[in-house]
Amino acid sequence: MGDRSHYESIRNARISENKKWRKSRQTKTGCALIALKKKESTLTGYATGKHSLSSTLEIVMFSLFEEKKDGTNWDRNLRRERDMAREEQILGWAARDTTGVLSPFIFPKRATKGDDITLKILYCGICHSDLCTIKNEWRNARYPVVPGHEVIGVVIEVGHDAHKFKIDDKVGVGYLASACLSCENCSLDYENYCRKRVCCFNASLPDGTKTYGGFSSMMVINEHYAVKIPENLPLEKVAPMLCAGITVYAPLKHHGLDQAGKHLGVLGLGGLGHLAVKFGKAYGMRVTVISSRPEKKKEAIEELGADSFIVSNSAEQMKAAMGTMDGILNTSSGPLSLRPLLSLLKTYGKLILVGSPIKPPELPVFDLLSEAKTITGSMIGGMEELQEMIDFASEQNIIPQVEIVAMDYVNTAMERLEKGDVRFRFVIDVANTIHST
Amino acid sequence: MVATENGQTKKALSPEEQHPRKAFGWAVSDASGILSPFPFSRRNNGDDDVTIKILYCGICHSDLHTAKNDWSNTMYPVVPGHEIVGTITEVGQNVRKFKVGNKVGVGCMVNSCHSCHSCKQEFENYCPGVKWAYNSIDVDGTKTYGGYSNMIVVKENFVIAFPDNMPLDKGAPLLCAGITVYSPMKYHGLNEPGKHLGVVGLGGLGHVAVKFGKAFGMKVTVISSSPHKEKEAIERLGADAFLVSSDPIQMQAAMGTMDGIVNTVSAAHAIMPLAFLLKTNGKMIMVGAPDKPLQLPVFCLIFGGKSLAGSCIGGIKDTQEMIDFAAKHNITADIELISMDYVNKAMERLAKADVKYRFVIDIGNTLKAA
Repeated sequence: MGDRSHYESIRNARISENKKWRKSRQTKTGCALIALKKKESTLTGYATGKHSLSSTLEIVMFSLFEEKKDGTNWDRNLRRERDMAREEQILGWAARDTTGVLSPFIFPKRATKGDDITLKILYCGICHSDLCTIKNEWRNARYPVVPGHEVIGVVIEVGHDAHKFKIDDKVGVGYLASACLSCENCSLDYENYCRKRVCCFNASLPDGTKTYGGFSSMMVINEHYAVKIPENLPLEKVAPMLCAGITVYAPLKHHGLDQAGKHLGVLGLGGLGHLAVKFGKAYGMRVTVISSRPEKKKEAIEELGADSFIVSNSAEQMKAAMGTMDGILNTSSGPLSLRPLLSLLKTYGKLILVGSPIKPPELPVFDLLSEAKTITGSMIGGMEELQEMIDFASEQNIIPQVEIVAMDYVNTAMERLEKGDVRFRFVIDVANTIHST
Repeated sequence: MVATENGQTKKALSPEEQHPRKAFGWAVSDASGILSPFPFSRRNNGDDDVTIKILYCGICHSDLHTAKNDWSNTMYPVVPGHEIVGTITEVGQNVRKFKVGNKVGVGCMVNSCHSCHSCKQEFENYCPGVKWAYNSIDVDGTKTYGGYSNMIVVKENFVIAFPDNMPLDKGAPLLCAGITVYSPMKYHGLNEPGKHLGVVGLGGLGHVAVKFGKAFGMKVTVISSSPHKEKEAIERLGADAFLVSSDPIQMQAAMGTMDGIVNTVSAAHAIMPLAFLLKTNGKMIMVGAPDKPLQLPVFCLIFGGKSLAGSCIGGIKDTQEMIDFAAKHNITADIELISMDYVNKAMERLAKADVKYRFVIDIGNTLKAA
């Protein structure tokens, strides 16, 4: 087998060859794992492209080699991530019953198909939907549930039919893990409304495999449901865009509430609401935050840049704002009183619901008729919209405000989330903290 | 007392004195909703006005709601009626669009502010200062009286020309029922060939929506709680399909198939099963006005990007466009022509939805001065 220096010299010679080769072959797929076992050390790497590899170690190209100059480090890192991709078990945190208390949980890594990628999860946001699911508020929990659908990771494995990403790409995964891709909704890029859509957690893929979410060290996902994260977006902060971000972006765009000069009301100032304010201002709109909590005013105006703030319990303030808004985005999931909200809208105004109260609110039909108002619902967005939203956020420097927490803080985080005690989204530092649990 | 231009004072005129022209009609005096003969007066024909001898007037469900004070805003005595058709007997000196003898119609509106955002976009129906044909206070401070009467004086801008081939009696209901469905169908894209329209309720509004839908080249499904209406819907009105709203199997089979729904029902009902019929991003247009709030199915809207939109009649320009469209496509309302003194009976039957599909009062021949 020869000694290490011999292989290093082969490697160095091949790297420059392969730089040229790789540029011309970047879209070719394939990922083969080669491992050399030599006494006490292991030389590993990934070869991309179509090569047949002999057992006598025709090592061709190592995408990770170029980044790690230190011989010992790359060897170790490579080994860890290579080993990780080959692991058959994944460490996650799961809720086992309606208490919603999360604790460590091992589950099988699913078999990868040709167009799958595997991510090492770096960060995962905590969404209110995670909380509702683990507590079975929607009566659909299939315990044990590993939640988490605002996932940021690095690609460590690429299926041989996967074209979108390469090893080491930074990607995001949101709510969706699968859709039929053939129905009318999917053909319009509305995979979010596909009747056969599958969530990345608490659900089953078409082949029956259960899905586990981003409160875990690794995720296998079909490449269609991952988006590229531009380099200028800080990985530790961008996770909430994958659900909260798209949830507000898609309906604002769809209903023409992305035009300079229009007046947008944002009801609720949490994970979704604060991003709606940021998007609204990026569009050049006038933004008014409507909240039941007067103490949020300073933050809304001074930190987030909202133009004005209305306390929803103040009849005087609500009356003064009557008939002034082109649209209102309701991001809260608390009880909803429609009449006062509808009164804030101009004629033809739209009330967009992205949060749903448990109890259906009363609909004063006359209030809709008399001024041609609309109430509409929206749920996340399609994959094309998701990438578009991330790219827009990158251009406009729209970055969520987060509180980064360790994995073992997650139960406390859930309690605080229930009370709305977070500015404005928790993000779990998964990669650095999950293995210590 | 009021000041005159030469500095003298004179006694202010009462509403009746301001309106010196004698008129007669049938009015409701209290929440019993019973109509009876009622003499009153109209204003003189101003420079921008036309005077119309009323020949026919449709009975709209809103007339019944107002008669019974269901919306808690009735100013008794009220002379209902806003599906008015007749001939012009006098024109003011500024009138350009009409001349004596023209056949014309008047719908729900008789005036608006002309300066607000809605008026400028020709949506007078959404003007905050809109004056309704009845039960409204006009710009001169007097109460408006509607079409259950022998004549009306109206500003030229709120009068609709009737094409020669449009029969007056069958065209009258289009002035409210017709525009009420035509306007939202137009503005929400539910007027495109090949799209699938659902029509909830087969009454005055619903049957006209079916006719417009077919004229637009759409597939039309009627959704009704009355199974016996199916034959009528398919064979006479030309609907493509019929769903009984209380049949869960039929409703489930039709889930996610409709681009839009025009919901004409003014009784309390469940919206959720109807919302499930919509495709993703589909819209339900509410044109019926239940007097009690309904339940909003939020999850259903969220899990499909669906919308509920309200709509109230349409502007004058759209009303004229609708009448011209109807005339071109031979669309008229299906009516039961009645005499004036049948009106209370007609109101009782209307409350039970016992009419195919609109009562029209033969004012010209049967309304006699008291």
